[in-house]
Amino acid sequence: MAPSRAVLPRLLSAGAWPRSRWLSFLKTTSGLAPPSSRTLRGAVAAAVSEAEDREVGDKILNEPLKHSDFFRVKELFSVRSLFDARVHLGHKAGCRHRFMEPYIFGSRLDQDIIDLEQTAVHLQLALNFTAHVAYRKGIILFVSRNRQFSHLIENTARDCGEYAHTRYFKGGLLTNAPLLFGPTVRLPDLIIFLHTLNNVFEPHVAVRDAAKMNIPTVGIVDTNCNPCLITYPIPANDDSPPAVQLFCRLFRTAITRAKDKRSQVEALYRLQGQQEAKGRGPDQLRGLGPV
Amino acid sequence: MAAPCVSYGGAVSYRLFLGGKVSLARNHALWKIAVAEFQTCTRSQILRQRNTTVVTTKKKVAALRHETYTEDFIKKQIEEFNIGKRHLANMMGEDPEKFTQEDIDRAIAYLFPSGLFEKGARPVMKHPEQIFPKQRAIQWGEDGRPFHFLFYTGKQSYYSLMHDVYGMLLKMEKHQNQLQAKDLLPKKTETRDLIGSRWLIKEELEEMLVEKLSDQDYMHFIQLLEKLLTLQCGAAEEEFVQRFRRSVTIQSKKQLIEPVRYDEQGMAFSTSEGKRKSAKAEATVYERGSGKINVNGIDYLLYFPVTQDRVQLMFPFHFLDRLGKHDVTCTVSGGGRSAQAGAIRLAVAKALCSFVTEDEVEWMRQAGLLTPDPRVRERKKPGQEGARRKFTWKKR
Repeated sequence: MAPSRAVLPRLLSAGAWPRSRWLSFLKTTSGLAPPSSRTLRGAVAAAVSEAEDREVGDKILNEPLKHSDFFRVKELFSVRSLFDARVHLGHKAGCRHRFMEPYIFGSRLDQDIIDLEQTAVHLQLALNFTAHVAYRKGIILFVSRNRQFSHLIENTARDCGEYAHTRYFKGGLLTNAPLLFGPTVRLPDLIIFLHTLNNVFEPHVAVRDAAKMNIPTVGIVDTNCNPCLITYPIPANDDSPPAVQLFCRLFRTAITRAKDKRSQVEALYRLQGQQEAKGRGPDQLRGLGPV
Repeated sequence: MAAPCVSYGGAVSYRLFLGGKVSLARNHALWKIAVAEFQTCTRSQILRQRNTTVVTTKKKVAALRHETYTEDFIKKQIEEFNIGKRHLANMMGEDPEKFTQEDIDRAIAYLFPSGLFEKGARPVMKHPEQIFPKQRAIQWGEDGRPFHFLFYTGKQSYYSLMHDVYGMLLKMEKHQNQLQAKDLLPKKTETRDLIGSRWLIKEELEEMLVEKLSDQDYMHFIQLLEKLLTLQCGAAEEEFVQRFRRSVTIQSKKQLIEPVRYDEQGMAFSTSEGKRKSAKAEATVYERGSGKINVNGIDYLLYFPVTQDRVQLMFPFHFLDRLGKHDVTCTVSGGGRSAQAGAIRLAVAKALCSFVTEDEVEWMRQAGLLTPDPRVRERKKPGQEGARRKFTWKKR
């Protein structure tokens, strides 16, 4: 999917990098040290291209990490939009979990209200992390055990091109995966919990299992949930339909953005590599002439 | 094969080889091979024998859920089957191009006659797809990403099917709500013909999805499909549901109905036989009559003095409300009084089928009039007084 000439400038700026920097960066990658030894042209070219590929690969992976919000996930939501989606509504004070107290703004008529400022911060971190995982082609698994939203979550996962598990969680799914699936199975690289509790209001087994298997988790924790083992908790309401729909939309957008960005960057490098090869061809002939 | 390995390399002396403790615990053949190898090798180089004893523990081979046959293996089997089919056709002197599966079965039965009672144990030659169970290929690509979005649930085909059915249900409900809002709801159509078909059984569903299911899974699936049927479906949904129904052969259609014959006076009649215990009867029922029944040339009132036997004779007519409308002439032999009555009853009911509509035949079948009673006298066993009665038990 090579970006067209007209689209390139917009794409380049989409990475929050000034155009001049991109161009200089391209120039530096193109200007690698010319082959010095007088070995066979082919071998030299192969070695050079391999080193180049590795460098390019490293650059692709490391560049986004130098920014705090490379994928601009802050723009996807605002405190107002969270409020309109009823994300701030928690459960009654009797259901409150002790570890959720820092995230609770207060309670009105015995119903806990979640602090949306904190939610916004946590949500931005979580979406940013999700986008980075998707950019690096990680496997993302959406987990929930709430039957009301099971269909919606499975559709969301399918639209992203990622995976979902909203059914009965079999015992050793994560911890005994080679036996259940096959010896060379790949486990998810990120698990997103849209509902941390299962049908009997106990913490979902996958939270503990993901922690055991060193899989980072992003989870929407309501006022009755335990945020302890979740890497990126998002204190928010997980029971209202508008809230869950909002979160599904946010995750889907973040993941698709990151994947599109990745394919653009790869296409860009491929184009650039081709141009270089064409450019270097005549140079090589000139450089490696008879001595 | 967990056999102790004896590795060769470097320099060795002949003395070492003989004196070394070779721990070939079981295989004598291995020793011979080792000796032969040594003999061939000594000419080229002097070997140093390194004895490495391997602890032979029973490796816990994970019992595979399904026997895994590789795709190449299956392909090879199919090729072999096709070649074998052609050879068989040549052997039988038939055209290899037009050799069907029935021809193969006949040929195999001819070439390998088997007296085994168990049909599954007899030699068979079928296409490998019918012999080897269907399996799944590896579920993920080169980069490790699974192909199906519900892979991590474990039962991807089943849950994806449930997801699709639920999606269809939601769509239909939404459609119905829209129609209801506009008051365009069509009249309730008649119930579909669900009588001639049944839902898939759990084993058939497992076979279709190539996955193991639990009883609850199957139950939930059938409940969801039935819920789908309660709403008004379009053609696509109907077709989708029909994929999960199998036709059931209606039992009464198998009932053999005797053809009606005509005698010299032009009176229609029909004859059939009946059996009960060791009594055999043959009855002729005339279409028009006054309810007279002749048994072995004697009137039934005299032949069967007991009311119970006469009631048995009259039951088929009473069931069809044709009590005084038919004449019966029958012959009976064997058995006792009750067995003969039962035999005549069965014969009469079968004969009546030819004068009666198909629905009434079905009703008769459901009433049990057309089923021969399979009960026979149980033999007396040694050590007992009768078939079941034991001798009196005395404590001392």
